[in-house]
Amino acid sequence: MSQTRFRGTDRYVATDDLMMAVNAAVTLGRPLLVKGEPGTGKTQLAEEVALALNRPFIQWHIKSTTKAQQGLYEYDAVSRLRDSQLGDARVHDIGNYIIKGKLWEAFTHELQPVLLIDEIDKADIEFPNDLLLELDRMEFHVYETQQLVKARHRPVIIITSNNEKELPDAFLRRCFFHYIRFPDPETMERIVRVHYPDLKKRLLSEALEAFFEIRDVPGLKKRPSTSELLDWIKLLVAEDIPPEALRGDAHKLIPPLHGALLKNEQDVHLFERLLFMSRRKKD
Amino acid sequence: MMTEFFRKLRQASIPVTLTEFLTLLEALNQRVTTHSIEEFYYLARATLVKDERHYDRFDQVFGSHFQGLETRFGEVVGATVPLEWLRKLAELTLSEDDKALIEALGGWEKLMETFAQRLAEQEGRHQGGNKWVGTAGTSPFGAYGYNPEGIRIGQDTSRHRRAVKVWDRREFRNLDDTVELGTRNIKVALRRLRRFAREGAAQELDLDDTIRSTARNAGYLELKMVPERHNAVKVLLFLDVGGSMDDHVRACEELFSAARGEFKHLEYFYFHNMIYEGLWKDNRRRYTEKIETLTVLRTFGADYKLILVGDATMSPYEITYPGGSVEHFNPEAGDVWLNRLLDIYSRAIWLNPQPQNRWSYVPSIQMVRELMGDRMYPLTLEGLEQGIRTLQRAR
Repeated sequence: MSQTRFRGTDRYVATDDLMMAVNAAVTLGRPLLVKGEPGTGKTQLAEEVALALNRPFIQWHIKSTTKAQQGLYEYDAVSRLRDSQLGDARVHDIGNYIIKGKLWEAFTHELQPVLLIDEIDKADIEFPNDLLLELDRMEFHVYETQQLVKARHRPVIIITSNNEKELPDAFLRRCFFHYIRFPDPETMERIVRVHYPDLKKRLLSEALEAFFEIRDVPGLKKRPSTSELLDWIKLLVAEDIPPEALRGDAHKLIPPLHGALLKNEQDVHLFERLLFMSRRKKD
Repeated sequence: MMTEFFRKLRQASIPVTLTEFLTLLEALNQRVTTHSIEEFYYLARATLVKDERHYDRFDQVFGSHFQGLETRFGEVVGATVPLEWLRKLAELTLSEDDKALIEALGGWEKLMETFAQRLAEQEGRHQGGNKWVGTAGTSPFGAYGYNPEGIRIGQDTSRHRRAVKVWDRREFRNLDDTVELGTRNIKVALRRLRRFAREGAAQELDLDDTIRSTARNAGYLELKMVPERHNAVKVLLFLDVGGSMDDHVRACEELFSAARGEFKHLEYFYFHNMIYEGLWKDNRRRYTEKIETLTVLRTFGADYKLILVGDATMSPYEITYPGGSVEHFNPEAGDVWLNRLLDIYSRAIWLNPQPQNRWSYVPSIQMVRELMGDRMYPLTLEGLEQGIRTLQRAR
């Protein structure tokens, strides 16, 4: 087991506390639960950890209909039934109809993989409870074939949640936990730099200023986050907007291409109204 | 030292368990951290705290335990310095020269001592100046000011980036609010109302029926499909607006937006104080575009569930007498209309944003509650859950 430490990558800026949480989870082989505002790079973290530690990456995306069993394996009874009708020889080996799930895949991988369980809170309330033993012992039993699947290496498991449901205590107890805070202006500047190394200094500082100003508007339904800022800057660069357009009159003008930042027509209205009021005050 | 820390965390009602504590010790054993206290802090937080709401409390315990700092505070101040004193009001900008001019007072010990003294002497909030505890001054005590050896109290970020430990910044303060009604929570509560029904195109395999049909078909496979399940619950939402409801706008807004996201068949109407012969859908055009209540009752069938939201705080005449309405002359009394509603919609509840302990003092709330057959619930998460249960039960 190669024991390299995670220090962020050239595409991903990790804060000290995040690095510590990841390294602790990797060292002890326990799952890491990551929460935070949408768009702060929770999902990306797992990809970057895999990249930095040079491990294979397996993604299990959870939906509201996902069952814990699907992560282990599924028994395809219907195709076995069909094969039996057609007299297929495969039908005698039940193993032919066991479909491996993502956890199985992760457990039996040759290298220690990074497994991302994305948006665990979307699933049914019982979902985390159904995975307790599997995540704890890193093994499970296949009832149909009487086979025990045991992890060759404990995979690095990263779980993300958007806080839509409370997770059970028993589950939380087994994880490390990290809350990705919204980055402060300095970290944000580093993040943007990582993504757009050639960005002009002035455009960057103007854009950041406008961005944090919008975030500070009270009562927004959806405050823009890191990923939205990156999209916006991409647009600004693509449209070749000069820094002056964001500058000075920022209090008077709604920033160009604001559609990338404000995703809700009520928010746009609110923002416009506030601008209107501040303009009237000045006149 | 570590067990003591563990005990203190539990005392601060952070739900830490022995397993988590052992995990922390194991991590230390495996040398996850080097010897810096900052790394240890991050590690301890990731291991022991499982909810960002507890971050702030954890920071405080950590600070007190590993610095011996708060114990000194505690003796003097009791709990904490009232935040109100320190509320962000103004900021002091000093040039580098100014900063150099301000000299440090004695040592740390002395600073603490003086702080205790000042607090004892001081009454009320204070801002500016150079002696008292408050904001934007050059006294060594308080926030948003500058003094090289200052003790900062209740400031969100380190303004001058000096001598602050991470846990002392307490950046997670605003996450530690004991949960009130947020749209998320309401949505989860409303989700219970869902009733699934199968309609539309047959797309899912019906395993039971397939097995049954195959058996009946002498073992030849016969696939049976059924339509997917959809949420088929229908909800009629009546909201009281204006007047005394202004205090509860936020809670109602949240309920409304959650309900709108959760149900496909949601119909909503506004009323004022009590239901009469007219309702409206848009508050700006409430006088011009009134909808007759009877039309509403005819349009939406008895399979709708009725949720009324209002504080039911009004004059009793508005309920019992024709012409009692505060706004117009109503030919029929409010209770007639409410009963008419309840006759059609057997599954109905009234959600009241007024705190429940005040209900008994308002006669009109009592009356409405009686009319509703006791199906009035406070507009809190708990009340909502009770109400939803009633909606499911009543037939």
